[in-house]
Order: sequence, then C-alpha cells, then structure tokens
Amino acid sequence: MPKDGGIGASSKRREDVRFLTGNGNYTDDMNMRGQAYVHFLRSDIAHGTINSVDTSAAAGMPGVVQIFTATDFEGVGGMPCGWQVTDKHGEAMQEPGHPVLATGKVRHVGEPIAAVVAESVEQARDAAEAINVDISELPAVVNMKDAVKEGAPKVHDDLTSNLCYDWGFVEENKGAVDQAFVDAAHVTTLELVNNRLVANPMEPRVAIGDYNRSDGEHTLYTTSQNPHVIRLLMGAFVLGIPEHKLRVVAPDVGGGFGTKIFHYQEEAFCTFAAKACNRPVKWTSTRSEAFISDAHGRDHVTKIELALDAAHNFTAIRTDTYANMGAYLSTFAPSVPTWLHGTLMAGNYKTPLIYVNVKAVFTNTVPVDAYRGAGRPEATFQLERLVDKAAHELGVDPIALRRQNFITEFPYATPVAVEYDTGDYVATMDRLEEMADAAGFKARRAASEANGKLRGLGVNCYIEACGIAPSNLVGQLGARAGLYESATVRVNATGGLVVMTGSHSHGQGHETSFAQVVAEMIGIDENMVEIVHGDTARTPMGMGTYGSRSIAVGGSAMVRATEKIIAKAKKIASHLLEASEGDIELKDGAFSVAGTDKSVAWGDVTLAAYVPHNYPLEDIEPGLEETAFYDPSNFTYPSGAYACEVELDPETGQVTIERFSAADDFGNIINPMIVSGQVHGGLAQGIGQALLENCAYDADGQLQSASYMDYAMPRASDLPFYDVDHSCQTPCTHNPLGVKGCGEAGAIGSPPAVVNAVLDAMRSGGKDVGHIDMPVTPSRVWAAMNG
Amino acid sequence: MYNFDVEQPSTLADAVQALSRDEAQPLSGGQTLIPTLKARLAAPSVLVSLGGIADMQGVSVDGEGRLCIGGGTTHATVAAEAAAHYPALAGLAARIGDPAVRNRGTIGGSVANNDPSACYPAGVLGSGAVIVTNAREIAADDYFQGMFDTALEEGEIVTEVKFPIPSAAHYEKMLQPASRFPLVAAFVAKTAAGVRVAITGASNNGVFRWREAEAALSANFSADAVAGLSVDGSDMISDLHGTGAYRANLVGVMTKRAVAAMG
Ligand SMILES: Cc1cc2nc3c(=O)[nH]c(=O)nc-3n(C[C@H](O)[C@H](O)[C@H](O)COP(=O)(O)OP(=O)(O)OC[C@H]3O[C@@H](n4cnc5c(N)ncnc54)[C@H](O)[C@@H]3O)c2cc1C
Repeated sequence: MPKDGGIGASSKRREDVRFLTGNGNYTDDMNMRGQAYVHFLRSDIAHGTINSVDTSAAAGMPGVVQIFTATDFEGVGGMPCGWQVTDKHGEAMQEPGHPVLATGKVRHVGEPIAAVVAESVEQARDAAEAINVDISELPAVVNMKDAVKEGAPKVHDDLTSNLCYDWGFVEENKGAVDQAFVDAAHVTTLELVNNRLVANPMEPRVAIGDYNRSDGEHTLYTTSQNPHVIRLLMGAFVLGIPEHKLRVVAPDVGGGFGTKIFHYQEEAFCTFAAKACNRPVKWTSTRSEAFISDAHGRDHVTKIELALDAAHNFTAIRTDTYANMGAYLSTFAPSVPTWLHGTLMAGNYKTPLIYVNVKAVFTNTVPVDAYRGAGRPEATFQLERLVDKAAHELGVDPIALRRQNFITEFPYATPVAVEYDTGDYVATMDRLEEMADAAGFKARRAASEANGKLRGLGVNCYIEACGIAPSNLVGQLGARAGLYESATVRVNATGGLVVMTGSHSHGQGHETSFAQVVAEMIGIDENMVEIVHGDTARTPMGMGTYGSRSIAVGGSAMVRATEKIIAKAKKIASHLLEASEGDIELKDGAFSVAGTDKSVAWGDVTLAAYVPHNYPLEDIEPGLEETAFYDPSNFTYPSGAYACEVELDPETGQVTIERFSAADDFGNIINPMIVSGQVHGGLAQGIGQALLENCAYDADGQLQSASYMDYAMPRASDLPFYDVDHSCQTPCTHNPLGVKGCGEAGAIGSPPAVVNAVLDAMRSGGKDVGHIDMPVTPSRVWAAMNG
Repeated sequence: MYNFDVEQPSTLADAVQALSRDEAQPLSGGQTLIPTLKARLAAPSVLVSLGGIADMQGVSVDGEGRLCIGGGTTHATVAAEAAAHYPALAGLAARIGDPAVRNRGTIGGSVANNDPSACYPAGVLGSGAVIVTNAREIAADDYFQGMFDTALEEGEIVTEVKFPIPSAAHYEKMLQPASRFPLVAAFVAKTAAGVRVAITGASNNGVFRWREAEAALSANFSADAVAGLSVDGSDMISDLHGTGAYRANLVGVMTKRAVAAMG
C-alpha cells in the first residue's frame, strides 16, 4: 500500500508550486538598492602574453563606475584548490596560481582579463569594448598527449611541465597486476575517450556582492550548491574576510550538476568590488559566457585492459588515463580523476588485482571539474565497455560474463581501497532482464530489420560511491575540507518545526523529502516541517550538495538532531505525564506511558518547552532546538543494471533509443517519485553524453560548440519513456536511514548501455568496429559503418 | 546589443524610404537578426520593422494558380494556410525550428538571409519560385548566389514569394542535432518543366540544384533512379556535425527518401 505521508510516500514536491508559478527566488531575481553591474572582458585568445591593458579610453565612457584589472588584485589571494593529490612518487601535485583576473598571461578563451562596473550592463559592455588589450599570442596546447610531450608550450611557465600529477593506484600493486597480464589466458584492450561536457544548468551563474559599511559585513548572493564552502574558500583564501563578517546566500538555484560547487572568480570579484565601489555589484552570466567560464566535465582519454583466466574469471584490470584539468585547477578538479574514479574501478566485479594510472594535464581550455557523477561515470564507462568487448572477443554472452564475475558476498573490500557494505548485483540484473524483456528482443530486431533498420541491445552494470565522505579518510587522501553535514532542528512553541540543513537543494526536492523524514520520526504531518537551506546566516555549517550525499549525510545529520529533539521532548513528556522517562513512547505525534492510556500531544510538549510553567527546570533547559553534525563512517554504494535498446538507420547513421530500463538499488527510499525523477534526469544527461553532447575545441583552443546552435542538449523527443525500478533494496548498513543516494546513478549508468547497444546494432549489420566514441553522432556511426 | 532606432512603417513605400537612411536594416521576425544584435555582431543604426506592412502578409493563390506568400508571413501561418494548396511547402514550414521560431520567423527573412542550412531556400529553389521585391521579380535560379548571398540590392525588400504548385513534391530533412536546422535536406518537386531537386545544408555555396538527380528523375521518377548517383563531398560543409563525405551521402539518401515519399 503506498503511504500518503512520511518515509516511502510519493509526496508531491512542495517547492514546485513556487517554481511552476514563477514565484521562485533565484539570484537574478534579487536586486539591491543602488546596485551597479559588472561586465567581464574575457580573453578570446587561448594562450598569450598580456603586454598591456589600457583602460584609459574606457574609464571615461558613460555610466562607468570603476574598471578593475589584475593590478587591483595584487593584494588578494588566488582561487584556491580544495584537494591536493599526491603523485605516484609521493610528491605533491603541481599547483599553479589562479588569479581573479588574468595576470601576465591568458590561458584559456573566456578567462576574465578586466572587469567594468557601470550603471547598466550595456554601458559596462560598451566600456569593456573600449579597453585596449595587447596580447602576444602563444601556441595553444589543447591535446593532452601533445601537452605532456617534451618541448610542448607550457600553460604555466613557473611549473616544470603541463603534467599536474602522475597518479598510480595502488602503486604497490603494479608489479602483481603486470604479472597477471603476463599470465592471462586472454587480454582485452580498449582505447576510448570520455567526451568533455558543458553542464548547462537551466539557470546561468549569477553573483551579487553587497557590503554594509555600518557593520563591515559582506554578503554574497550566489548560484551555489554549497554556500558555506564558498564562504570558507573565498573568505579565508581569496579575500581575507573572517566568517563572522561574511554571509553567503544561495537562494533558489536552477540546477547545478556539479558546476555550481566550485568557487569562481566572479564571486570573489563581486564581493571585492562591492566594497571598493561602495555599492552592490551584480553579475549575471550570459549563456555564451557560461560556455566559456563554467567548469566543464569529464574529458578523459583512456586505455584500459582486462586480464582473464581460461575460465573467463577476471584476474586483473590495468588503466592508463589522461585527465584534462584545463588551464587552472578548479576547486575539486584533482580529486575527480583520482579518488572519485580510481576507487571505483572494481565496479561490480571481484577482480583481485587492479592498477589505475592517471595523468592530469594542463591545457589551454576552460577548467574541468566535477559534473554529475564526477569520475564515477568515467570509471563505469570504461569498465562496462571493456567487459562487453571481452564478451564479444570470447564469444560469450555479455550478461553471463558479468554474472560470473559479480561480487556476491558483502562486505567486500576491493583492491582499490574501498569496502562495499551491501549490494545484490544478481538481483538487480534479474530485475533488469525482466524489465528489458530480453526474451522479446529477437522479435523486435526482426521487426526493425523489416523496416531497413538495425536494432541493438546493450546492457551494463554500475556501482558508485556516494554519501561523500568520511572526513578522516578524505583528509588522508588530500581533501582540504571535512565532508560531514550539519542540521539544526528548531521546534516552535506551537509544534511546527524548522529544519536548517547544510545540504542545498537546487532541483532535488529536499524541501519535500527531508520534511518527510522528520515528520515520520515524530509522527506528525509533513506540512508542519519547513526545510531551510542556502544561507550561512541560518544554518550552522554545511558542506553542500554533490556526490549524491544529501540524504545520506545531510539527512543523517537531520535524523541525529531530530533524535536529540525527541529525547528531550520525552523528558518533558515524562514530567507532564508524571511517569518515568523510560516508559514514554512517541507514536503518531503523541507521547504516551507504555501500558496505560495516559498521553500528551506533541503540541502540548512543545508549548511546555517554551512556556515552562510546569517544567523540570532543574533538569533541562527550556526551549526545543538541537543541532547535530554527522560524519559518515563509509561511502554508500548504490548499484544497478541498465539496458538500452536502439534502432539504427544504416543509411544516415541516426540512432534512436527505443527502450531504456534501469534497475537501481538505492537502499531505502524516502520518496519514490522524487527518486524516479532523479533517475530520469540522470538518464537524460547520460544519454545526452552518449549521443549528443560534444564540447569540442579546435587546435587553437577555440571552443567550437560554444552555443546551443552547436552544443546539442538532449530534448524530450531524443529520449524514450524510461522504465525505472528501485524495488531491489539492500539498505546501507552504516547510516541511520539505510539510504544510499540516487542523484547521479542515471548519468553514471547509462552511457555504456547506449554505446553497447549501438555496437550491437552495428554488429547485426555485419560491422564489428570494436568501439565507437561518444557522442555517437550519426556522422560517426555512418563513418564507422562505411569505414 | 548596441543602441539603434526603430521605424515601424505601415506601407512598403515608407519602408523603402526608411531603409534609405544610413546603416538601416530591415527587421522581420528577428529570429536571426535579434540574436546577431544581442551578440553585438551587427550594429545597424536603424531597424525598419516590416511587420506592420499589411501588403506583405498572408497566403493566397493568384490567377496563374501560383501560391503567393507575403514576405512578412510567418512560418506558422504558412504551415497552416498553405497546407491545402501546397502540402510539401506547408510541411517544410511546419518543421522549421520550434513554435516560438515559427510564430515569429518569416519567409522573407529566411530567403533574404539565405543561410546555407535553411529550409526555405530549398523549397523556393526546388519549386522554381519567383522572389518579388519592391523593385522587381527574380527567378529562384538567379536569386540564390552563395552562402548568405542573394541577388538583393542594398535596401531591397522581399515582399512576396510566388510558388508554381508542382504536381507532387516532398521535403526530406535530416536534423542537425543541436540547432535542428537541416544537416542536409532535399526538396524534390515534379514541375511542368521537369523534376527539380534542391539541396540545402550541404554546400559551402548554399542551396543548389542537383542537376544529375534531376535528369535521372525526369527520365525515370523512382528512388532507384537516384540510388546509384553520388555527389562529391570534398567541397561540402564539414563541421562538428558531419564531414563533407557524410553530407554527400545524406544528399543521396534525403533525395531518395523524398522521391520514395512521393510514391
Ligand atoms: C532556434 C532556431 C531554430 C531555427 N531553425 C530553423 C530551421 O530549422 N530551418 C530554417 O530554415 N530556419 C530556422 N531558423 C531560422 C528562422 O527560420 C528565421 O526566422 C529566418 O532565418 C529569418 O527570418 P526572420 O523573419 O526571423 O528574419 P530576421 O531575423 O528579422 O532577418 C534576417 C535577415 O534578413 C533581413 N530581412 C528580413 N526580412 C527581409 C525582407 N523581407 N526583405 C529583405 N531583407 C529582409 C534582415 O535585415 C536580416 O538581415 C531557426 C531560428 C532559430 C532561432
């Protein structure tokens, strides 16, 4: 029976009322009295030496308030990087400076060189055009393998090369892994590209800096997934503002997908300029700017190999990846191809030996950082393509080969340093085979062929590590932050609750699902619980939302705080009921004495807490407000199996997705409808990566797909009606809700299924090309078919 | 956008007059021009809006049985009102862009712009239509002169396009996945003077007639007649979305499918 409230209910998303009626409060909806506008003059050259920036003509243009260049930021720190990776020799990564405004050189198209603050956006733009920038162009490095060659032009002259780090994982295993390849009965090798993507949230980035001269407090309104992190990074490392003088507000945010995690120059600029100009300064990114200034995602070039014994058991995996960092290190960039990627390389399989090598490379391109899935899609794609390729080389069924090598006993310690607590990969694969009607595929293929089309079926599994992350562990791995979460639960006198969470909702529906959890724990109506987030002045601390961590970490903090509330409320109830505390039970929003009909309602207890006339003042304080910080003891490991069925037009190369089935194990589910929605969105992005999205640079470092005329976003008509299921549930063993997280699964699990399906279709047409790179465009398919 | 003046004439004569101003430019649906202005890629000092000129609006059939479409008529109007007379052309209009584009964008703007990947140029050239301006009438064969290039003189306004209605026609379009303009599209028409085949999206010189296919189809109107033909892709548009060779392949496939659809 579906519930109509609390945990497990598909409660409608309460936030959608304001979003769908145009009453959302996004950063660009906010305007400060007397605000000025900034326009950034950005480099249209990928690599060059700045000889001079002459602002004299621009300074006198109508409406100009002030023009800023690098010299104005000489006393200011650079953009910090939040993760230090140690290379395979034990050396720290190379970490270049990252100025707010380009200093000495420009290193990618889109890098801000100067900023004009003016009375209007158009006046700021006019003046920016009058700035005279003299740049001597240098050869650009775009291709990663060229970038690390001897004698390649250096992106950063003060570094020894364009190699950020050369990471080996686990370095001590390398010899044993190499030996396993020598001993293997069969080796499958695959070279592939994980295509660079632009996140393209519907809402472009916006920042408003405001400075209050009366108390010296700075406020930054920004489109962020983690306002507290921005406060810390910008306050402590860039501008030198203590937390108590800096408030960061991220109100309604229209999608992030990772790209709004990071601290950007525009945020620091607006905060800085608001004080310098003594008026609020607002920046709203245009879509064109977003393409060249939002951190991009993915961009790996990989060679991966699988060793198998004669019985087709996986004996070893070895990978060699080049990961593009772009021109500078974005906030969490170094962690993505390493700890969020290498640790996932075991996938769902009991491969005893694994060695992952990653070379992170600087190029004259926009910085690359986490994008929905972050490292895990790259791991899944290469592994699941590899297993499929192995099955075809060996002439065995790809599903059977997977099943044979599945991990079946938990907990399972992988050779890549993580321990899966639970999972049931057989169950999700069983469920998938039913959903995908694998048995009926032959008939569907015959029907397609009768129409001159080819049909293919592709399957894959995935595992991901969510609920990021145990602080002590990530500290050892180089994180310069902890990854706990906090929550404050404030109960008001009349019984309503306000929960202030450090998680940030930018489309995920936390205001609904988080309220369901607290309402369930107390046994009250969801509508009595209000979720507040996105403001450092209201929530004690927050590491924010990414890595499918919100319910697993933020939700757990909220559970802990609510447990404290309930414990205190029980004390109050025991006083009111004149019973011993141990006999008090909370059920359906009322406290009762076990075995009696004596009870007191939730609202009477909360009222007593704030009107403590009859109250145990000698034992407990009045009021009912509790805070908890929760630091997870492990990652969570959602997993699943996906199937994609495509039709391929051999004359045009056009691929259409006819069916898509997703069987996920997310552990316990709070709101099934929201979970399905998260999977739908993730699938759209995964299919977008597989078929459509292509962030391409030319050899001079010019972005070729710099607008929607060339960057293909998935549209509804590109996508099928999905069949998603999350009935296979192995609850997480180490968080109080038994939840695992569902935000990224769709984007992680879907690209290999799509590509496997396309290759299957091509094989049925007599063409076995081994691999085809994403995006699988009609032109590429046609070329492969006719090559 | 840079600043500009706007003129909103209600007659063609006033529009022509307004366009004689320095750096004046006609504005029709604005679906091409406004994004160009927003990106600061053009800086006209005055925009002369053609939207208020009643004579440039609407779809009708003239005494010679030609379908006459006013230069200011939107794609949506053509899609709705030409359907009974010339379904292939109405179908072409119905698949341009998205509803917002179709409700603003006009035939006059499209043929004046002559984007190498636009739809109307194929329909106009494939039909052997006549482009009517404030000054003259220009046969389609003389009008399209290369990528973004036409026979129009400075300040000349496309007031109408007159389509002889073929006995059968079909427009087959392969979408460029991002813009949804044609990657390559073929307009095939059976006219009194023989079969015409116009191809858009493929050539660096814009829309063109595929003469070889026209000859083959005039002799034997069947998909098989074009199956063996090929065009040279080495000079064709080559970009992120497709190589010249791929586009050359699509020229054949789209033409063949258009013919097949005509039965
Ligand atoms: C998202 C999107 C998708 C699109 N998809 C397609 C598609 O699939 N196929 C397709 O063919 N097109 C497509 N277009 C283009 C669309 O059809 C435009 O409407 C058309 O190209 C220009 O028409 P317009 O009326 O908007 O002209 P405007 O933008 O107003 O003007 C275009 C140019 O023509 C000039 N001009 C306008 N009218 C006249 C006239 N009567 N006489 C002389 N000069 C004139 C203007 O000065 C300007 O230089 C798309 C556009 C967008 C924005």
